[in-house]
This record gives sequence, C-alpha cells and structure tokens, in this order.
Amino acid sequence: MSKKLLEVNDLKVNFKTYAGIVQAVRGVSFDLHEGETLAIVGESGSGKSVTSNALMKLIPQPPGIYAGGEILFDGKDLLPLTEKEMSKVRGNDIAMIFQDPMTALNPTMRVGYQITEVILKHKKVSKQEAKERAIELLRQVGIPMPERRFRQYPHEFSGGMRQRVVIAIALAADPKLLIADEPTTALDVTIQAQILELMKEIQKERNTAIIFITHDLGVVANIADRVAVMYAGQIVEYGTVNEIFYNPRHPYTWGLLGSMPDLKNDSQEELRTIPGSPPNLLDPPVGDAFAPRNEYALAIDYEKEPPMFKVSDTHYAKTWLLHPSAPKIEIPDAIQKRIEGYLKEAETRGK
Amino acid sequence: MANKLLEVKNLKQYFGSPSNPIKAVDGISFDVYEGETLGLVGESGSGKSTTGRSIIRLYDITDGEIIFKGKNINAVKSRKELKEFNREMQMIFQDPYASLNPRMTAGEIISEGFEIHGLYKNKKERQERIGTLLEAVGLNKEHANRYAHEFSGGQRQRIGIARALSLNPSFIIADEPISALDVSIQAQVVNLLKKLQRERNLTYLFIAHDLSMVKYISDRIAVMYHGKIVELGDADEIYNNPIHPYTKSLLSAVPHPDPLSERQRVRIPYEHEVVDGTASVHEVAPKHYVYGTDAQIAKWK
Repeated sequence: MSKKLLEVNDLKVNFKTYAGIVQAVRGVSFDLHEGETLAIVGESGSGKSVTSNALMKLIPQPPGIYAGGEILFDGKDLLPLTEKEMSKVRGNDIAMIFQDPMTALNPTMRVGYQITEVILKHKKVSKQEAKERAIELLRQVGIPMPERRFRQYPHEFSGGMRQRVVIAIALAADPKLLIADEPTTALDVTIQAQILELMKEIQKERNTAIIFITHDLGVVANIADRVAVMYAGQIVEYGTVNEIFYNPRHPYTWGLLGSMPDLKNDSQEELRTIPGSPPNLLDPPVGDAFAPRNEYALAIDYEKEPPMFKVSDTHYAKTWLLHPSAPKIEIPDAIQKRIEGYLKEAETRGK
Repeated sequence: MANKLLEVKNLKQYFGSPSNPIKAVDGISFDVYEGETLGLVGESGSGKSTTGRSIIRLYDITDGEIIFKGKNINAVKSRKELKEFNREMQMIFQDPYASLNPRMTAGEIISEGFEIHGLYKNKKERQERIGTLLEAVGLNKEHANRYAHEFSGGQRQRIGIARALSLNPSFIIADEPISALDVSIQAQVVNLLKKLQRERNLTYLFIAHDLSMVKYISDRIAVMYHGKIVELGDADEIYNNPIHPYTKSLLSAVPHPDPLSERQRVRIPYEHEVVDGTASVHEVAPKHYVYGTDAQIAKWK
C-alpha cells in the first residue's frame, strides 16, 4: 500500500451569518494515499466545496470558523498553522484547480507570467529557468506551440485550453495533492473527456493524489478510485468506486444513481427523484438529516443520528438500514437491474 | 403520422458585418411534429441556442423560412397575429436565477402574460388560474406571493415552466432548462416536463449539451456542429447507429455511471473535415439524415 498523504478527522466548519450559525461541514473524516483519486460527490450545499477549501484553509475568517477536527497532511496538522506558514503549503504541497477557467486566470496578465510567478515563489530558480519550466508545463498539459502561447493573454485561449493553463499553474510547484473543484463542469463533454484524460496522465507520471469534487456521477465513475458521498455537511457513504456504483447502501446514493437516465438499457420509465430539498444547515435536523427525503426512513431516523456502519473493510454507510435489527431493504429494483446490466456487459467484454 | 407543427427551411442566422458575417446558424432545415420532443444537441458555439431564439423571433433571421402551423411566421406583421403566435410558442430559459425578475412575485411573473393578452381580467379568476398553474408544476397556491429569491433553483425553474404554460401554448422551446440544476433536481424537472407533455399534448424543442438527458427525453435528436445539423434521426437510432464522425465523437465522450466500462472507454477524437459545396443531406436509413458529401457518406457508412 502506498503512503498515506492526507488524513482528515472529524472536520467541522461553521459560518456566522445574521440568521445564526450555519454548520456547513459537520464532522467529516477521510484519508487519501499517494497517487490515489478520491471523488467527493453531492448536491450544491452539501459541503463538498467547503470541505475542499478548508483543506487549503481558504475559508475566509470571519465569517468562517474552523470549529473542530484536524487535517493531517504528511502527518502534520494544518489547522493551527499561521497564514504565513500556510502560504508555503499552498501551491507547494497542495494545489487547487477551480471550476471556472474563465475567472481563475488574471485577464490582464500573460499566461506565461502567471505560471512563472508560482515557480519563482516556491522554487529557487532563475527567471530564465522558470520560463523554460513553464513552457515545458504548457507542453505537458497538451497546449500546442507553448513558446507562442506563453506570451498570450487568457482571452486568446478557448475554455478547454484555459483549463489546461489552470492545471499547468496548479502543477507548477509540483504539489503532492491536487484538489479539483468541479474542474470540468463548465466545459463541453468532448473537452471534459480530454481534461479527465490529462489529469489521469499527470497522476500516473507524478504520483499525485487527487481530490475530485463533482456532482456528475459519470465523471466519478471515470476518474475515481474511491468515492465519498456527501449530504448536509456529512459523508453518508464511503467506499471504492466499484462498491459505490455496484453495491450502493445508502438511500441517498440510490437517489443520486436513480436520477441519472440510463443510456445503455433502454428504459422509458420515469426517473427516480429525491423528493424535497436539502435541509437548512442553520438548524440541522435531529437524527438522520436525510430522513425527511428518504422513502425508507425508519422511526429511529428522526431521533438518533446513525453511525457509520461497516459494509466491508473499505465500504461504510451512515444509515440505520444497515443496523442488524433494521428491516431488510434491498437496492431498489430499477437500480439493481441497471447494475446487473453493467456487470453482465463487463463480463461479456472480458470474454 | 402526426402533423407537422413546425417547419424550418434553410434557416440562416448571421451576426456581425455583412461582408464577413459570423454564421451562427448556416442553413438548417428540420420539422417538428405535434406532440413529440425534438432534442437539439451540440457544443457551445454550435448554434443550438441561436436556432431556438430565431424560431421564437428573438432575432430577425437572415434567411430561410419558419413555418408554424402552416403560417410563415416571418411574414406575420400585424400586432394581432403576432400576439396569437406568441401565445402558441413559449420558451423556458437556462438560468432560473437570471430569468425571473427579482422585483416581482411568482404570481406576478406567471400572470404577466394575462395582462399583455387581456385574459382573466377578473381578479378572482386570475388568482385561481395562477393557483392551478402553480399546482400543475408541483408548487402550491401560497407560493404566488413570494419573490424569486425565496425559492431554490429547482423551484425557480418550476416557476419558469409555469410562466411558459400560462397562455396554454402548443409549442415550448426549452433552452438548457436543467443545466444549472443539481442532478436530483434535474430528474424532478425532466419528469415534470414529461408529465406536462402527456397531459397537455405539448411539443418540445429541447436544447441541451447533456446527451444523456437529451436521449432520455427526446423522440428524435438533431446534432448541431458549426451552425449545421450534421445528423438527425430517432433518438435510439442516433444513439445506437451514429454515422457522422462528430456524433460518434460526442457519444464517445459521454461518461456513464459504470466504472468498469469507464476504465476501458476509448474516446474517438473528431478531426474537423472541410465540407465543400457539394455536401447535402442524405437519408442513410429510414428517417435518419446525415449531412455530408457523397464520398464522405460512403466512407462513414
């Protein structure tokens, strides 16, 4: 097993607002190894972006408050670090790729400068060396004619090319962990596929760990080794990508999978939906936060928060349905059928 | 066979200077039949949104004909006829945050059309109508007095749908109606659109870049690329037997929620092929049309 790079324990992040304290992240724990990709999925407001920003300590204080927990990077807790110490970690150890390549770049600066800036800050090299490195990086992220592109401004790049520049900047100081917050959501599918391929290539070459935040399950299936499903500021299911897609145990995961149309098996039945909307985190509900939207909710769901139940050594889900004395509830038919279809297909492909 | 509700013939929409125009839509033709959903897919910049906006007369078209219920809508000049046309054809927009006036209540937004068209003048009648519309889209009467910011994204899109339905249209252009919504909310809105279509015999032009949702909701799909429709056919046919290399490339890029197949996925890149003047629309299979030259079609097949 490769080295453990990151360990997050019971992380809590609150925001102070006029209406009261919003508990955006309510005790999140996970770990990540070198060269591994963890996908964090969930709806808007589930806390996935707050979690990733917290790892970089990018939450503005105030209104944000790190209310508890620890973030161990290479064994060292990041939460007590000062802003000055943290600026050495950012870019150098952990780098981030943002969703919108249109706004992540400075429109008044040549892209070359935006890359060399990072190299000069974190590495002891001359300007000339930094430039050579930057051009090499542009080439690595698949930008043709990097010498010419180096001197251009962001507006001269297309959306997909800009996202490549953003990735080049993130890689400039050779970070060990790359956090990508919806990096392909603003892009067309064909460009999205190219960027995903690029990220996988980079990971292979550099053994970078990646945290990939998205709401698109198709993308998760493509890129992730492990998956954490977030709901209302908590991780509700956690497992390897195969476990989450072929043996989902949490009703919320069922809902997410069911709300995607199935292109392969041609069914015209209604999409499963998750009724209602996520809870208000100003005043999180007692018990299981998902209970009001859960058609399989038990009485205890409204009284007591479920713990993480173990499904396998790598697979956990936070639902009372996994309690030994809970009624046996299986994966809904439509999803089960779909999974069987996928597995059968994989088998015939294998032959 | 159902009746043709809309015929688009050689539609062209150019922007910029006439000497060097940007050909956003470059001569496309298609029909939409009553009660069906035609999906229009393509990447950003392919001209799909422009097509929708041209049909509903948000732009003055450069060339071509748009025939709705047998009438050429660009020949319609009188105010009365225009209003009639506006009642028949409505639009649902992409961004539920930008498309609702923040200073108006949901009720006012939905009933704006009544004022313009002089319908339901009696206040009580109007309230009732607003109530039924809100209920039809899965909200309730009490929501009428709230402002847009009090609703979530999915609820806002429902208000946008209620507004589009308010004048009992027969044809609705939905321009990326779900792209800005969360997955679970997307499914709610798509189910709602399907239900309303069944109940009211609506016809949709569904514009989107997300192929999986388009395939799910559409009866037929048109694929746009560089201002042209490069392929058009039944949704299953396009999905299972794509002919045009661009369609193939687009389909190969769609990720599936199936890790085992994702790990083996091979993306087919699309090399832009220059089409010369001899390119035309070919019917490669019954009701399956592909745009290209004779030589290209032979090669692709």
